[in-house]
Amino acid sequence: MRERWLITLGYGVFVVFFTFPLWRAAAARSSGSMPRLQSSPAGQCVAPVEQMRVAHMNMLFQWREDAVRHNNLTFVAYNGKVYRKSLDGTCLSCHDKQQFCDRCHAYSGVSGPDCWNCHNDPRAFAPRVMP
Amino acid sequence: MKITRKEFLELSGLSVLAAGALHAVHAVKAEETSHPAGAQADPPKKQMALAIDLRKCRQRLGCNLCSAACNAAHNVPQFSDPRHQVKWIWSEPFAEVFPLDQNGYTRRNYTGSPLPILCNHCDHPPCVEVCPTGATWKRAEDGVVMMDWHRCIGCKYCITACPYDARSFNFSDPRTALQQVNPDFPTRTLGVVEKCDFCAERLAKGEPPACVEACPEKAIVFGDVHDASSEISKALEESYSLRRKPELGTGPNVFYFL
Amino acid sequence: MSLIEKTLAGGRRYWLWLGFLAVLMVMALLGWVQEQQVGLGITDLSRNMPWGLYIGQFIFCVGVGDAALVVMLPYYLHHWRAYAKVALLGQILGTVGVILAMLFIFVSMGKPVRLINVLLYPHPRSLIFWDMLTLSGYVILTAIIIFRLLIAEQEHSAPPLWTQRLVLLSFPWAVGIHTVTAFLLCGLVARPYWFTALLAPRFLASALTAGSAMLVLILLLLKRLELFDAEEDALRRLATTAAYCLVVHVFFTLVEFFNVFYGGVPQEVEHVDYLYGGLTATSPVAPWMWLSAVLALVALLVLLVPALRQRTPLLLAACTSAVISIWIEKGFGMLVGGFEPSPFGATPPYVPDFSEWKVAAGIWALGAFLVTLMYKIVFSVRKEAES
Repeated sequence: MRERWLITLGYGVFVVFFTFPLWRAAAARSSGSMPRLQSSPAGQCVAPVEQMRVAHMNMLFQWREDAVRHNNLTFVAYNGKVYRKSLDGTCLSCHDKQQFCDRCHAYSGVSGPDCWNCHNDPRAFAPRVMP
Repeated sequence: MKITRKEFLELSGLSVLAAGALHAVHAVKAEETSHPAGAQADPPKKQMALAIDLRKCRQRLGCNLCSAACNAAHNVPQFSDPRHQVKWIWSEPFAEVFPLDQNGYTRRNYTGSPLPILCNHCDHPPCVEVCPTGATWKRAEDGVVMMDWHRCIGCKYCITACPYDARSFNFSDPRTALQQVNPDFPTRTLGVVEKCDFCAERLAKGEPPACVEACPEKAIVFGDVHDASSEISKALEESYSLRRKPELGTGPNVFYFL
Repeated sequence: MSLIEKTLAGGRRYWLWLGFLAVLMVMALLGWVQEQQVGLGITDLSRNMPWGLYIGQFIFCVGVGDAALVVMLPYYLHHWRAYAKVALLGQILGTVGVILAMLFIFVSMGKPVRLINVLLYPHPRSLIFWDMLTLSGYVILTAIIIFRLLIAEQEHSAPPLWTQRLVLLSFPWAVGIHTVTAFLLCGLVARPYWFTALLAPRFLASALTAGSAMLVLILLLLKRLELFDAEEDALRRLATTAAYCLVVHVFFTLVEFFNVFYGGVPQEVEHVDYLYGGLTATSPVAPWMWLSAVLALVALLVLLVPALRQRTPLLLAACTSAVISIWIEKGFGMLVGGFEPSPFGATPPYVPDFSEWKVAAGIWALGAFLVTLMYKIVFSVRKEAES
């Protein structure tokens, strides 16, 4: 078993490569260069910020299934406010795609689902005046 | 206990397989509970349908306001290559829409002019039957044959199964074939299938489909054929109407008055 | 030495061949990537022909899957000693054929990254769901069988009982994959050319013909290359199988023609007419379909007369004719006949684009690659077991 060290090295290289995204994310978190996202101008989102940060993709997926497949378009938020389940209609009426979605997704290296292959960025059509 | 490399590989391979199979079984079960009877669900309580009065439509030969309104509302791409065109509502000559209703003696007036065709929102849609992912389905509440462009895998089986040529595949990026984009409606993406959905987004707001509204002759009537008092039911009661290829048993829900 | 390592020992000829196939595979991969990026619009597929060469090749390749049946069944059910060494080779060819079939579906898809949706949101009313299950199930099942049979040869022992049971299970399964594939087409009211209960039996007959003929060709080639010396008896029996299956295939086709033409329902006649040139004098598929018909009759003549089929050059010609004939008919004509003529006026005829040929050639190259590697393993195992 003269090649033992070679095999061990190979395993090592594999483990490092396989876990690379985790290392990079950890490094980025500690470096403090996270983009400061502007929170919604209206002051509140459809769910608490912490929840949106970790689970917005689940909510978007749920909205998508509800709106497209079950014709269920109304969402009652935690604070009782009622919203329409719509990515371009509701989410993007507060958040700016480029300044909000794209920046964070680019930073965290999550290419994300290809929403924008079909969904339109409303600001690309009518520049919105910030209140 | 010592296991050989071969046994180890065999065991790990089998475990992966078993895990995959288990997942598939769970998925089938989950799907069955979410749609208890699958495609054989109860007939919808309402059945939305369209009746096109060709007597009025013929008043304006060459008019394409219905398809123009639809194309604009839904960002339907306009590919110049006829082999790649995407169509929701468009016109074809009578003889090709109703090949079996020709006897060779009919007045040219009937058979010479093109007429609008679109998805028939069938009672028993073959496209829904064949779709492997449920990306297209018949909506239980109003019988509209819907599409989920997020889920379509582009296998084109539905195009093959549709007797009405009502489904289009995006052979190129549809955004390259849009002069103007309606920001309120998504575009589609390369490699998915699309078709007319009776303006589900307008129905949700209680509005009639865009083509119905756009017709200057009010030649298109839209409504629930299961409701005997609806406008469309009355119109169908009064005049004899044709449907495309009813002999196939699909139960088309677009009607034509000659 | 493990089984996989045996593929790494080979001569110059072996590596050149694998290298050639690898080049074809890389070209196909690049072609496919381009088709996915620019869109399937760069192929000759269209509104009217949403399925083309790829799905045709898929049907043909599922047929190659039945090459396993023609040797495995006689050997394991009827103990034909002549197939003792050939059965495993047939099984390998069949399994690889089914792998290619799945790849051909894959490259035909518009959104292959979403393939997993078929399992995440299964829709059991769709035949594609069943096709995916039966095809992948067949590959897994027969891969286990092949592996176990190899081990048994290596150890000079009979395969374990459970493997033999799996072999028995693989027979109805092999019939099943082709039946499901036919059901994929023959249940569609929209396509009169496919809407016939005879489609599944026709698929089976042509698949068994092409499978056995292909196996004959491979055995003759291996003999020529001095890699494997198939017994005369095995070749003779395979040729007989091909003859019977071809008779049934031709019979089924003619039965179908009778119905179409004597009945004369326009929607049914027009598709056959289009294929064989009755409808338009310039139908570009007609010469190919007639070539297919002539080749089938030539093959039939040679295979039916024992004095002819026992002569190797004639057997070679007959089997080549049979494979090409069925390749044209199933791999191309089946799809064109289903879609053409278009219900809405004249459209330019479907001529597979270079890109499609490139991708198809690469997939076939992958098949040849896998068959080469697997046969290499088999022959090495046998050589070791003998010495």
